[in-house]
This record gives sequence, structure tokens and C-alpha cells, in this order.
Amino acid sequence: MNSFKLKSNGLKLFVFIASLIPLGWYVWGIQTDNLGANPIEVVTRGLGTWTLNFLLMTLAATPLRHYTGWTWPLIIRRMLGLFAFFYAGLHLITYLWFDQFFDWLAIGKDIFKRPFITAGMATFLLLIPLAVTSNARAIRTLGERRWKQLHRMVYLCGVLAVLHYTWMVKADISNPLIYWAILAVLLSARGLSRIQKYNVTG
Amino acid sequence: MHIFKKPHILPSEITPQVVYTHRRNFLQLSAGLVIAGLLPDAQAKLGPGKASVFSTNEPLTSLKNVTSYNNFYEFGTAKEDPAEYAHTLRTKPWTVSIEGLVKRPRTLGMEDILKLAPLEERIYRLRCVEGWSMVIPWLGFPLASLLRQAEPLGSAKYVEFITALQPDTMPGIRRGVLDWPYTEGLRLDEAMHPLTIMAAGLYGDILPNQNGAPLRLVVPWKYGFKSGKSIVKIRFTDREPRTTWMKSSPSEYGFYSNVNPAVDHPRWSQANERRIGEFFKRKTLLFNGYADQVSHLYTGLDLRKYF
Repeated sequence: MNSFKLKSNGLKLFVFIASLIPLGWYVWGIQTDNLGANPIEVVTRGLGTWTLNFLLMTLAATPLRHYTGWTWPLIIRRMLGLFAFFYAGLHLITYLWFDQFFDWLAIGKDIFKRPFITAGMATFLLLIPLAVTSNARAIRTLGERRWKQLHRMVYLCGVLAVLHYTWMVKADISNPLIYWAILAVLLSARGLSRIQKYNVTG
Repeated sequence: MHIFKKPHILPSEITPQVVYTHRRNFLQLSAGLVIAGLLPDAQAKLGPGKASVFSTNEPLTSLKNVTSYNNFYEFGTAKEDPAEYAHTLRTKPWTVSIEGLVKRPRTLGMEDILKLAPLEERIYRLRCVEGWSMVIPWLGFPLASLLRQAEPLGSAKYVEFITALQPDTMPGIRRGVLDWPYTEGLRLDEAMHPLTIMAAGLYGDILPNQNGAPLRLVVPWKYGFKSGKSIVKIRFTDREPRTTWMKSSPSEYGFYSNVNPAVDHPRWSQANERRIGEFFKRKTLLFNGYADQVSHLYTGLDLRKYF
């Protein structure tokens, strides 16, 4: 029990530090002017990419646990989810600040007129309740069933986030397609594991 | 002629910006009395070029940024791809054929093209449809002097520009991102406008491949994608040509594509732009600030409809 706790704490610390590396990279890049001709664009897009990466990693935890029997994916799942929210927040701030300079009228127009902004903003808003209820107390308050129902919204967040990316690119959708493929694999893996579970129990 | 000898130029090999700027100042001081060939700088290959009244005096975008942040999808869709991969582009020998509704269809070699008119330095703003902009000192000559060589017929109303297609040197071609070869088009009066140039160089030297060597179109009042790179064919037509971006997404890219802050791209606003190298955004100007020169071309035209 104690050694398990120790191990899981070590793992969490490792994942926590590793998850800050992308942010560190962009901070370092800005400091050293190492991000090319349009650093703000690089940072904004990079933070969006890392939001997607963390969302997909979060979605991978449960199927990974199911198919391998490993327990570690579940230990870090919440942290990965919170980092997805963290990077989504930074991504949003770069847009509000460095892209729009807090021109709320323009931001409002963007949200209603541009589908890719609408999708991105919706993703962020849906992530808020998930982040807020990502603790043991919220599970107790909500009850496990309702909490689980709420947190299934992360699938929708995944879909909306990749949609946001797809609608943003100009012509070359090869990168968004990779994200769609991974998302499809992860979602169908969950579907399969569910069917299996019903077969075993029922 | 040693003009097009060097196939691969690193930005660092080109005249440094500081030297370049000094040279410009020096030339301006000597009031054009110094002839390029007599300059002590033996490195100068094309430049510095005759000064032009059309040039802006805004601060130049650094040579490094001009040559490392490019859209040239034949070499990949990332901004840094062209600088990395375009060195393979074969730019010698290079010919441009002029055909279609002309009295004298012709194919001209690069050497002859460069003799058509004295090279001028044109410092233009470049506004990309993506919302960023630069100020670039091009070296070029009015497109009109090239077009006149073929003696366009009275029935010619449009000019189509077809760019190089070298599948073996262009990794982007293998991926079906756009309909290759990349083509663009202008109305005849736009093509003949004195602001419209064919550029053979920038920053006083020959064009780096990633910027569209050896010869590219520059139409400063339109979004950057209208200014086709590495032009190989010019065709006069009586019908509006369908350009590559119009085929790719007709609702997003129109034939005119004039810079216009009031007409948004369907997916983003065009009201502002980020000048590369600057932190704050600036307001985008109608016709990219060239309204005095070009707005008469569009009298009575609904710029919203003909975007």
C-alpha cells in the first residue's frame, strides 16, 4: 500500500513536470527569439496542438487500462485532463490577448460568425465543468453515476476540438486527419470495451 | 551573364540588411549618379535598381523573415518548408512563354526578359490573406513591358499566370493539397497597371528560390496569393480564368482578392493584420494602402460581390 502510494506519487510528479515541457519550450522560444518570423502564431497554434494532445491522451487512459490491465493510466488520467484544460486556457488567452487585444466586439463577432471559433470556444466552455468537478468531493456530491454522465462530455470535447482544428486550416487537412484517426480509434476502443463488459457481466 | 548561376542561396550569403540599407542611403545621397556597375561592392548581382516613386518608406521586414516565412505550397504547407526545401528548384535555364490571344506568341529566356526594362527597386507592402504583412524591397520591372512583347489582341480581357511544375523538385506536389500547377489571374487592366511588376530579385539580389525564383508576379494591392511565384507561362484570355484557390474553395477565394478590411474572409476577419516583426496589430488598409493608385480600376464594381 505504502509502496504503491509512493510509486503513484512519483509517477504523478514525473507526468506533472513532463506536461510543463511544452509550455517551457514556448517560453524559452520567446525569450531567445527562436520561434521564427511570427512567434505569436507559433505559440497560439502550439498551445492549441498541445490541448488536443492532452485531450487525446486523457481519452486514451481508460482504453489503455482496459486492454493492458495496467493501472498507471488511471493514476494520471485526471492530471492529463487538467493539463488539457490548462493548455486550452492558455490557448484561449493567446487568442483573446495577442490576436484580438481584448477587442470584445470583434471577439463576439468571431464567436458567432466563424464556425471554427465557435467550436473552439464551445470546447473550452464544456471543459470548465469537467475541470471544476475533477475531484473526489465533486464525485461524492454529484454521486458516481451523475459524475460519470457529466464526464462523458469529454468525448464531445474531443470531437469539437478536432473540428475546431479542421475548420481552421486553409487547404492542407492532413494533420487534422491524423487527429480524427486517433480520435476514432480511441472512441471505438471504448465502444468495444463496453460491449465486452456487457457480454461478461450480462 | 552570371546572374542565375547560384542555385542555392542561404539568407546569410546575401548582402546583409545593414550593408544593404547603408548602400541604399549612400545611393540616395549620391542622387543616382552612381551606376550600379561602378559600385565597389562586386557582390551586387542585380541591384540596387532604380528608385521608384511607388516605393513606401516604411521600415523593411528583415531579410531573414522575408526569406524564412513563406507560402509556397509546392514545397510544403508549413511556413518554414519553402526555405528548407526550395533549394532544389531548377531555375536555369528558365523561359516564360506568352500565348493565347496575342499577335505574337513568344517564349522568352530569362536573360532576354531582364533586358526588357531597367530593374527598379519597388518597396511594397505585402498583405497575406492569412492576416500578416511585410514590407519587401523587390527588384523588378513593370509586367506591362513583358506583356507588350507578345502584342495582345483587342479581344484579350484577362491574363492567366501559370507557375512552375517540377514534381521531382517539389515535395508538396505529391500531396494533393491544391490543383497543380498553381495558376493565378488578373484582369488585363490590372496586369498593365504600373504597380504590377515582375520581380527578379529582392534586397538588391536575385530572388531566393523560396520567394519564387527566378521570376514572380507582385501585385501589391491584392492578397499575397495572387502574386504567383516562379512563373513559366502567361496566357491571354477573353474569359475570367479560374485560379487555383478559386477551385480549392470558391466561397473563400474570389478572382479579385483585393485587400479589403471591410470584406472578411468567411473564416476570419480581414480588418487587422500583424506586420511581421511587430507585436501589436495594425489596421488593414483598403487596397493595401494603394487605393489612390488603383481604386479607379474598380469604379462601380461591388467589392463585396466581386471579392
